[in-house]
Amino acid sequence: MISPFQIAYKNLLRDRVRTLLTLGGIMLASWVLVSLLGFNRGYERALDHDIDNMGYQLMVMAKGCPYEAATLMLQGGTGLRYIERSMVDSISREPEVEQATPILMQAYFDPNKGESGGIAGYFGVEAATFPAMKPFYRFRKGGWFQSENAAEVVMGFEAAELEQREVGDMTLVPEKNVQLKVVGILERTGTQDDGTIFVPLKTLQNISETDKITTIGIRVKKGADVAGLEGRLYQLPNVQVVSFSQVKQTIMTLVSTTRVMVFSIAVIALLIAMAGVANTVLMSVVERLQEIGVLKTMGAMPSDIFLLVWTETLILCTGGGIAGVGLAFAFARAADALARRVLPYAPKGGLVEIDLKLALLTIGVVGVVGLLSGAYPAWKAGRVRPLETIRSAV
Amino acid sequence: MEGGQSAAIGNDPERGMTSQKGITLEARGLRRTYQRGTEEIHALDGVSLKIQEADFISFTGPSGSGKTTLVNLLGCLDNPTAGELDLDSRRIFGGGKIVSERKLTRIRREVFGYIFQNFYLIPTLTVRENVTLPLAFYRKPGTDGEAEKLLSMLGLEHRMNHLPGEISGGEMQRASIARALINRPKILLADEPTGSLDTKRTMEIGEVLRHLNRSAGLTIVMVTHNANLAKLAGRVIEMRDGRAHEG
Repeated sequence: MISPFQIAYKNLLRDRVRTLLTLGGIMLASWVLVSLLGFNRGYERALDHDIDNMGYQLMVMAKGCPYEAATLMLQGGTGLRYIERSMVDSISREPEVEQATPILMQAYFDPNKGESGGIAGYFGVEAATFPAMKPFYRFRKGGWFQSENAAEVVMGFEAAELEQREVGDMTLVPEKNVQLKVVGILERTGTQDDGTIFVPLKTLQNISETDKITTIGIRVKKGADVAGLEGRLYQLPNVQVVSFSQVKQTIMTLVSTTRVMVFSIAVIALLIAMAGVANTVLMSVVERLQEIGVLKTMGAMPSDIFLLVWTETLILCTGGGIAGVGLAFAFARAADALARRVLPYAPKGGLVEIDLKLALLTIGVVGVVGLLSGAYPAWKAGRVRPLETIRSAV
Repeated sequence: MEGGQSAAIGNDPERGMTSQKGITLEARGLRRTYQRGTEEIHALDGVSLKIQEADFISFTGPSGSGKTTLVNLLGCLDNPTAGELDLDSRRIFGGGKIVSERKLTRIRREVFGYIFQNFYLIPTLTVRENVTLPLAFYRKPGTDGEAEKLLSMLGLEHRMNHLPGEISGGEMQRASIARALINRPKILLADEPTGSLDTKRTMEIGEVLRHLNRSAGLTIVMVTHNANLAKLAGRVIEMRDGRAHEG
């Protein structure tokens, strides 16, 4: 005996091109939807990972634009304003502070970088306090500096790859013509630190002819009142405090415009697909009015016909949804690359994160949307009066 | 039987039916009027008749004479404008009340099987699937394996897995007869069952219907333009201007 599901499925085979085109529409809408949801989750997680791996929850720097501060912190731009080194000691005395580390960020123009030159970023850090902030660092070769004013560098994984340096090689600080010895190369961390060159703080201060610093990284004790500490740090003259949550919020604000735009596209795509499904099923119902009438003479109730047409819609939508999710899995890397091109800031790691739960959620959403769009054609089919349709065929 | 006069027709010894016939359908003064603009068209003008179990009746007459309208009312596909219809002494239509489509569907699935001039087989389903289609919506007990039996009886056992587009018109109509019979109807209604077929296939279908009537005692009500086909029925009723005349 044939089941209503088989009848619905075989009805869809009647006009294969139309069915395939409708499936294609739903598939594209599902692809966009699942990729967007995956991006929403993946981006936030990658950003969390980036910020967590900074090793500190708060940063203190000279007053300036907070957006610049956020970018500086994550991408290592040039610190345009300086703060006194002595501030580190006073901050370290705060009861909530577990450790504070001074950082001097400097950037020099390297004419040999790329085709038309580029900026080489340097992080002046203290070997005594900075490594403790980054316990997840592993050395591929070598180790930290021998002393606080040694003419040495530790290179991030990508920085070493880019410059093709090995431990023991010499590297030149552009503009300053100072040679430093590579004493350590880090394993890949999946963060911005991979592209960083670390120099002993005092060495970098000597090179850049300053005794000041640009940033203080602060690790807070577990369970400490971070907001209270933040409030007190704001009392310090001419500094601004950037917290973990602020940075995240700032970047998410920058990204939100893109997200809203992409989300709007996904909603529009879904609405177009919905209209496509409703149109396809409605056309299919109108073309089969006589057949539906005959089914009613056989004893099919309006609810039977309604369910039959609804099942067709459900098959179309779940089929398209599954294909769209499959496509999203297959092209996740491409979507990732595209997102990196259009976003103002892209953290390391996968930006589009799709798992089974998200895939099922998307298929569910598309299924529900499909059922809504199929409700009118199904209702219309259920109301067909057999006599009128059979008579119209004669 | 004309214009409100009723006539009960007894057994026809030629058909070899038993005398155990209860009244199956009784119509009294059935009228059906359609509105076309301001004009009223009286498609049926007070038809009364009795159809007994195992009758084989054919309605003949020119186009527009009301034969299909009458069969539609007898088959509970439409509500009459006036008149009464009883099915096994149970009142279906009467007192001017409109019977809902849902209620009519319940009656149809219990009592009637239908075959049409255009067959209406679903092109993407095989012959066997088309025949079992009514069972997807409603199933009387004892229908297991019925499709195969019916298709064999109608000489279509070798066509079971073919699509309708792969078989001849006569075979399509035989498949639609099998579909109409799958739920063991009490009455088979056939509206121009051979209208799309050539002479040879027409008589072939006629023989199938006569066989079903004689061997299985199935009540058959048929509408046809074909005089030779009509003669196969035990009763021939001619429709003229919405009235029934039994010869």
